Amino acid sequence: MSLSDGPISDTRRRLLMGMAILPFAGLLPRTAYAAAPPTSAVNTTGLAVTDTEVTVGILHSATGTMAISETGSIQAEKLAIEQINAAGGVLGRKIKFIQEDGASDWPTFAEKAKKLLVNDKVASIMGCWTSASRKAVLPVVEQYNGMLYYPTFYEGLEQSKNVIYTGQEATQQILAGINWITKEKGAKSFYFIGSDYIWPRTSNKIARKHIENFLKLKVVGEEYFPLGHTQFNSVINKIKLTKPDVIFTDVVGGSNVAFYKQLKAAGIDLSKQALLTISVTEDEIDGIGGENIAGAYACMKYFQSLKNENNVKFVDAFHKMWGEKTVIGDVTQAAYLGPWLWKLTVEKAGSFDVDKIAAASAGVEFPGAPEGYVRIHPNHHLWSKTRVGRARTDGQFDVLFETADLVEPDPFPKGYQ
Amino acid sequence: MIENTRFASRSELVGIAALALLLVVVLPLTLDVFRLNLVGKYLTYAFVALGLVLCWGYGGILSLGQGVFFGLGGYCMAMFLKLEASSPENTKIQSTPGIPDFMDWNQITELPLFWQPFHSLTFTIAAIILVPGVFAFIIGAAMFKRRVGGTYFAIITQAIAAILTILIVGQQGYTGGINGMTDLRTLKGWDIRPDHAKVVLYFVCVACLFGCIFVAQLIRHSKLGRILVAMRDKEDRVRFSGYSVANFKIFAFCVAAVFAAIGGAMFALQVGFMSPSFVGIVPSIEMVIYAAVGGRLSILGAVYGTLLVNFAKTSFSESFPELWLFGLGGLFIAVVLAFPNGVAGLWSDYVQPRLVRLVTPRKAGWSAPNAVAEGAPAE
Repeated sequence: MSLSDGPISDTRRRLLMGMAILPFAGLLPRTAYAAAPPTSAVNTTGLAVTDTEVTVGILHSATGTMAISETGSIQAEKLAIEQINAAGGVLGRKIKFIQEDGASDWPTFAEKAKKLLVNDKVASIMGCWTSASRKAVLPVVEQYNGMLYYPTFYEGLEQSKNVIYTGQEATQQILAGINWITKEKGAKSFYFIGSDYIWPRTSNKIARKHIENFLKLKVVGEEYFPLGHTQFNSVINKIKLTKPDVIFTDVVGGSNVAFYKQLKAAGIDLSKQALLTISVTEDEIDGIGGENIAGAYACMKYFQSLKNENNVKFVDAFHKMWGEKTVIGDVTQAAYLGPWLWKLTVEKAGSFDVDKIAAASAGVEFPGAPEGYVRIHPNHHLWSKTRVGRARTDGQFDVLFETADLVEPDPFPKGYQ
Repeated sequence: MIENTRFASRSELVGIAALALLLVVVLPLTLDVFRLNLVGKYLTYAFVALGLVLCWGYGGILSLGQGVFFGLGGYCMAMFLKLEASSPENTKIQSTPGIPDFMDWNQITELPLFWQPFHSLTFTIAAIILVPGVFAFIIGAAMFKRRVGGTYFAIITQAIAAILTILIVGQQGYTGGINGMTDLRTLKGWDIRPDHAKVVLYFVCVACLFGCIFVAQLIRHSKLGRILVAMRDKEDRVRFSGYSVANFKIFAFCVAAVFAAIGGAMFALQVGFMSPSFVGIVPSIEMVIYAAVGGRLSILGAVYGTLLVNFAKTSFSESFPELWLFGLGGLFIAVVLAFPNGVAGLWSDYVQPRLVRLVTPRKAGWSAPNAVAEGAPAE
């Protein structure tokens, strides 16, 4: 920077002029204060931002096997966008969204993410659900410097400048729940049952290390089944033989329906046999049937039945927009956080630029979250509470426990790898 | 057919030139890099469709498991790229640096033995051709020597596709499981992700495709090709004439497998990604649909069919994210009901006779060449 006379006096002249105008500022109409900052100032990287609009992408599976789970996330994101627009938008701009279908196919997710970033120049993407789809999209958002808000609870072991993880990573979801059920039930032994892919395997690894090394208890069995598996009789027989104090499950998707029905048919009464699941939300109970799973404990950060004021409003608005019968699961709520956190971060950064948003994300707070106050950690995950609920026959949960404080996200947990 | 010994008739040469013009000049000039890369991705499926024209359209062997070979080729390439992307510097965050990330997540602490040779590019390229080729030979020999054919063969190829998918998904420590192998970065130090690399890879893909088209044309116009057609129409007569039907079938099947594998390898290079979702039953059937839409008797039709279906897929799904599958389904039903010979049949039945009449008005009585010999642009 040069310190020659010219620029300084120029600046001083402008400053003086500005000061001279100040007294008149009060006379301006009120709307002038809310006027959006010029596009050139808030968008230096050529994103799809105009003086009145900003475009974001929604990228979930609207078709295929995952559609049943991801529809809730799409609905929540649309609701959040509508509410933000009703409240004046982001930096004075209305949010417009482009929805793409990942079609439950991971390479399609990658293709569509690229299309959203390269062709449509979206300012951010709300999307992905399964770990596989995120793993496919991650290199794309990193290469084209996009911003992804990812809603699902997941296995951790990942951290990216270009992703905000609005769900819980594995330690946040599991540890407090295991501690609680150990104390509550005086549990000594655990039996793990999971679907065979990265999330259950990593979650169970963390759970096992916690149970064996920290709680000094026993894991008496660990079994995995392919996605879509429907024959659980052999493992149910083993459970009857080993009589674990707690069955710990992370079976996903349609397999759940078969698993809980067969468990009930085999005479395992969930009001006597403790079962802790980290994969069943209100959405899954819709398919399983409340009478088949009533009594099971689920470890989540959000339940539709939470009584706080934010959640009552959220559930109302959700039902108004998408019908009284829709249920809201953990991930749906996390998806709802995405657009809001992005809006708050943009306003904190005063810019739509991805680099500035990535830098400004740490410390962004959202007191209006249905799950209660959340904050973004410098590792781009959320500080959030862990809760345990007990399934009722009507498909909702009674919330029995929540951690007193927010749990710190720890995607690379020491001593658990 | 008059020109038996040449690799293509004059009208076929025109068709090939038109396709070359479209792929080498028109598309690169009119599309941005993102769309061009998409076309490149579609063209990798065209390799499979091309193989299907040979083995299904000409040889009469319907394989519903071509995804297996596409996958084998793709995985061979992906293993090489993944190893290069997993250098100790790139993976120092892992508990065991220097091995692919998904192995680390699955508590594998050492690179498995069968991964070791994939450090070498020469070995990888050989493997892309040989692994699927040998695999197809084993399947073909086991089936065709026992005179298993038709529907039974199609069902067995489906079963193989299902088995391989389950194997890949189940052995996630060694294969990346359902996530597949993601985040492939460089080829011998050359970054395959930036735009200029995508353009280069597109042209490499087009060049390979024309190489395969050339081989397919050679086979079709040779005596071998005519035996294949004869075999399809009257297998017993060929057998009684003293030919070993099984060997010809095995050959056609192996060629189709190698084509598919080259497509798979080009896919992994261009998309930077390989996953079991290309191996299973559904993608395998989809690939048959490409060949059917293009016209299963037309080598160039296979390319156009693949492009057409995938363009439709992409644009439907961009415009109607919730309804696009219905549109695509409608397209298939329309093709099967109205144009059983696909795009190529449409061309040779309706468009070409008129063109011929237009160009040579005096030879109005001259009949249009056989549909089998044709495969020219649809648009």
